Amino acid sequence: MSKPNPTDRKYTNEHEWALDNHDGTITAGITDYAQELLTDIVFVELPEIGKKVRQFERLAVLESVKSVSDVYTPASGEVVAINQALADQPEIINKDAFGEGWIAKIKMADAAELNKLMDAAAYDLFIKEETQ
Amino acid sequence: MKLIFEKSCPGRSASGIPACDVPDCKVEEVIDQKLLRENVDLPEVAEVDLVRHYMQLSRRNFGVDIGFYPLGSCTMKYSPKVHEETASLSGFTALHPYAPADFVQGALKLMYEMRQYLSEICGMADFTLQPAAGAHGELTGIMIFKKYFEKKGEKRTKILIPDAAHGTNPASGALCGFQVVEVLSNTEGDIDIGHLKELMSEETAGLMLTNPNTLGLFERDIEEIAAIVHDRGGLLYCDGANMNALMGVARPGDMGFDVIHLNLHKTFSAPHGCGGPGSGPLGVKAHLVDFLPIPRIVKDGDRYEWSQDYPDTIGRIKSFYGNFNVMVKAYTYIRSVGPEGLKRTAEMAVLNANYIKERLKPYFRLPYDRACMHECVFSVERQAKESGVHASDIAKRLIDYGIHPPTIYFPLIVPEAMMIEPTETESRDTLDAFCDTMIVIAGEAKEYPERIKAAPLTTPVKRLDEVLAARKPDVCWHK
Amino acid sequence: MDYVPHTEEDQKQMMKTIGIGSIEELFIDIPGKYWLRRLLDLPPALSEQETFQIMNNIGSQNIIADFCLMGAGAYYHYVPAVVRHVISRCEFYTAYTPYQAEISQGILQAIYEYQTMIARLTGMQVANASMYDGASAMAEAAVLAAKTLNRTRIVVIRSIHPEYREVVRTYAWANGYEVIETGYNATGQLDKEDLKSAVDDNTAAVLVQSPNFFGVIEDIAAIEQVVHGSGALLVAGFTEATSLGILKPAGEMGADFVVGEGQAFGNPLNFGGPYLGILASMDKFLRKIPGRLAGATVDKDGRRGFVLTLQTREQHIRREKATSNICSNEALCALAAAVYLVSMGKNLKKLAILNIQKAQYLKKKLSAIPGWETVFPGPTYNEFTICCPDPHLVNKKLQDKGIVGGYDLSESYPELEGCLLFCATEMIKSEDIDDVVSIIAG
Repeated sequence: MSKPNPTDRKYTNEHEWALDNHDGTITAGITDYAQELLTDIVFVELPEIGKKVRQFERLAVLESVKSVSDVYTPASGEVVAINQALADQPEIINKDAFGEGWIAKIKMADAAELNKLMDAAAYDLFIKEETQ
Repeated sequence: MKLIFEKSCPGRSASGIPACDVPDCKVEEVIDQKLLRENVDLPEVAEVDLVRHYMQLSRRNFGVDIGFYPLGSCTMKYSPKVHEETASLSGFTALHPYAPADFVQGALKLMYEMRQYLSEICGMADFTLQPAAGAHGELTGIMIFKKYFEKKGEKRTKILIPDAAHGTNPASGALCGFQVVEVLSNTEGDIDIGHLKELMSEETAGLMLTNPNTLGLFERDIEEIAAIVHDRGGLLYCDGANMNALMGVARPGDMGFDVIHLNLHKTFSAPHGCGGPGSGPLGVKAHLVDFLPIPRIVKDGDRYEWSQDYPDTIGRIKSFYGNFNVMVKAYTYIRSVGPEGLKRTAEMAVLNANYIKERLKPYFRLPYDRACMHECVFSVERQAKESGVHASDIAKRLIDYGIHPPTIYFPLIVPEAMMIEPTETESRDTLDAFCDTMIVIAGEAKEYPERIKAAPLTTPVKRLDEVLAARKPDVCWHK
Repeated sequence: MDYVPHTEEDQKQMMKTIGIGSIEELFIDIPGKYWLRRLLDLPPALSEQETFQIMNNIGSQNIIADFCLMGAGAYYHYVPAVVRHVISRCEFYTAYTPYQAEISQGILQAIYEYQTMIARLTGMQVANASMYDGASAMAEAAVLAAKTLNRTRIVVIRSIHPEYREVVRTYAWANGYEVIETGYNATGQLDKEDLKSAVDDNTAAVLVQSPNFFGVIEDIAAIEQVVHGSGALLVAGFTEATSLGILKPAGEMGADFVVGEGQAFGNPLNFGGPYLGILASMDKFLRKIPGRLAGATVDKDGRRGFVLTLQTREQHIRREKATSNICSNEALCALAAAVYLVSMGKNLKKLAILNIQKAQYLKKKLSAIPGWETVFPGPTYNEFTICCPDPHLVNKKLQDKGIVGGYDLSESYPELEGCLLFCATEMIKSEDIDDVVSIIAG
């Protein structure tokens, strides 16, 4: 069973989360449910700092032994920080997807975009439907 | 087992270099010191150490000559030994590719006739033998698509590929600048005609289709498929990986395919050499002959020559002429089995696959229950749900019984897929032994799933940590 | 003869199990109009003995040269007996790609060792398990550079093997890239000024070959700054693998990729194939390079073992996003090369020196013939370019004596009218060279 989805953040239907840092930036990562589906993550292709991204476009790439998956950005803006620790230890995502396993911080172009995302309760329901 | 580097001992050698019989010259006087290397860091072992090292390695490897190898989509048939003998004749091995045409008339004749034989087998106008492997043939074929539309002045940007296709298909399409669009399969295992109609447009170069498809099923609507593609001006590509089911029975060219690649290392019995060399000849209909790679062999009376004079060619895709030595083996095969033999090959390949399908049907889920061609695809879904035993576990357990596992997790549209291709060279006894083993394993999955999940138990190494290998890649040894 | 073991009884029983009354019923899904209701129009079946005789007959319609003065991308070297012995083991030659690691440790370890030896010889950090040949390896490296840098210009030095340049052109055209050729100078080495003017900020890769097609060794270090200064990648190629035994590896001179033809390592001439595409790179491209890679890991008991690794790069996982579509490679040729290199060991350097000595002697003897003159003063390995009054006649005279002569350079370089490219390996004896001179003079 995957860990409960924290209620302090928003979710996409591609299983990313966005945590509003209340300073115009969000922290983005993938959900614990997603890391379980991906199995052991072996490599993370991180974006470059300064990269401009548009909501729901590719932010990073995660590789397991037998699959490659894109991570989409929950919000438009500019990448202002990336989790360098993942370069050497991609398994951090498997261990702590909602915390230490964050992927990037994005300075939002339009904070209203977050309204398009699900809250934890809606996401709970979303994965429940998906598993059925 | 130690690496050859770990067996190295300074001062040992497995070779001698002939004495110099020409006037000595100092290398430093010929080549500036700054362009020279200091040291050659290669292992130093005696010949006996070398031979034992590789013999020990060979004993840790499994080939068709050791046991049953029903690896789906790979046509692991037995390769007759006479092929190895003929391909080793110095009349073939000692030829320099730029030797004068007078020196290589036999080789040119063999290649010229090979093109004719393959054209007859597939119902095509001509073949190129230049591609080095199936995927290389595909790339050549899609380049021909591109050139054809360039010549016609048509801008077509998309290529259609079924969801069940080999990964090489979309990769080949993308390498020629086409946007890959996926066509769905229907519940019967055929291509979804409605979806194809919807997708096929004047912007689409055509469809890459494997027939029989990767589910081991013949695309029954092939006539309509060809019409849909051709009506919109598109071309129809045949991935001929599964040609073993059709030889002498039916011809892709007659079904409307414009282009086909073959795998001489699958269908035409050349062994696969741990992953290669292969040979992937490409056949085309008359309207595409001008685009084939150069050079091409022309015949003038009894004499054969190379010709470069084809202005519409896509160009060259490999140095020299292709994997000639593999062609020698395939040519030997065609000459030895003849037209009746090719037909019987296809018939018995299909008989064997259907026999396995019928025998294993009660034990494993058969997602598409209809007459299969040269291979059958099962799903291990039931076992996975009931006892957590996956396709990979069953594969590993087969190893303990001395059988090479089938292809697993392909095609992607079948969950927990197990794709079994027995080939025609296997006897009923071998098939029965395989089926009996699979039935035993199906029983083990219910009663002792842990035993299966621990497999293989009989190999020099147990299951390997692929996650570690990918996280901390070690592809080059350091002292 | 066919190789089908079914008896009539087998066939009957199997049909019964399946529930069919005739073999035709198996093909029920093929529309009747496509059934081939005749035998294929092919020569009739033969016994093994007849087959062998026919093949022997075709083989003997070829003339095996007494010796070969031709290199030009395919080299005549001695192949130690152990090479054939090892690659004739059925456990190797009748296996497929090592997907099931536990029963493929033999080839996986052998390939891991091969990768290590190639990395050492090329001065690179990683090498893959093989490509089709030197030409396609070069083309794939160029495409990879373009995709990695998102640039579309590929600069190719004109002294690269003409067929390699053609293959690069074909691959580049398919991908929509532009190919620019730059020239060579009077020494036979690349023209640095010409190169400088061709390299711009849209250049993905500069392709160079050493020894180049004229046999001349390039100073790769001298162009490293030009290439990297514009942010492009340096792809260094070779066609004669034994030169790696004596020449400074391109990896030590700033190359990002080393690609080349490995045929000279234990693979026969075979009329042009199968050969061995070598592809090596710096570590930072490891997750992008095409082709199979064998990697070391451990099993669940902690024992060292090998697997095919980083498969997410490849077409069967990445599909249309893969950088290459390669699947089958030249594994058995790579195994031959590995055995060859182990057999040679430190002697590879001695062999390379012997090649230089033979070529120098041939060069000296030929250039002493009146009217004959070496063309390029640049340093050479075992091939060199020489100009003579009538190349066609020279090759004809040699051919009449059962010798494969030199490569007529005017075929690919109209400006080199009268020039032949000759090669001398360890296979040519002193007296052969003397014979060549008297045949030409005669």
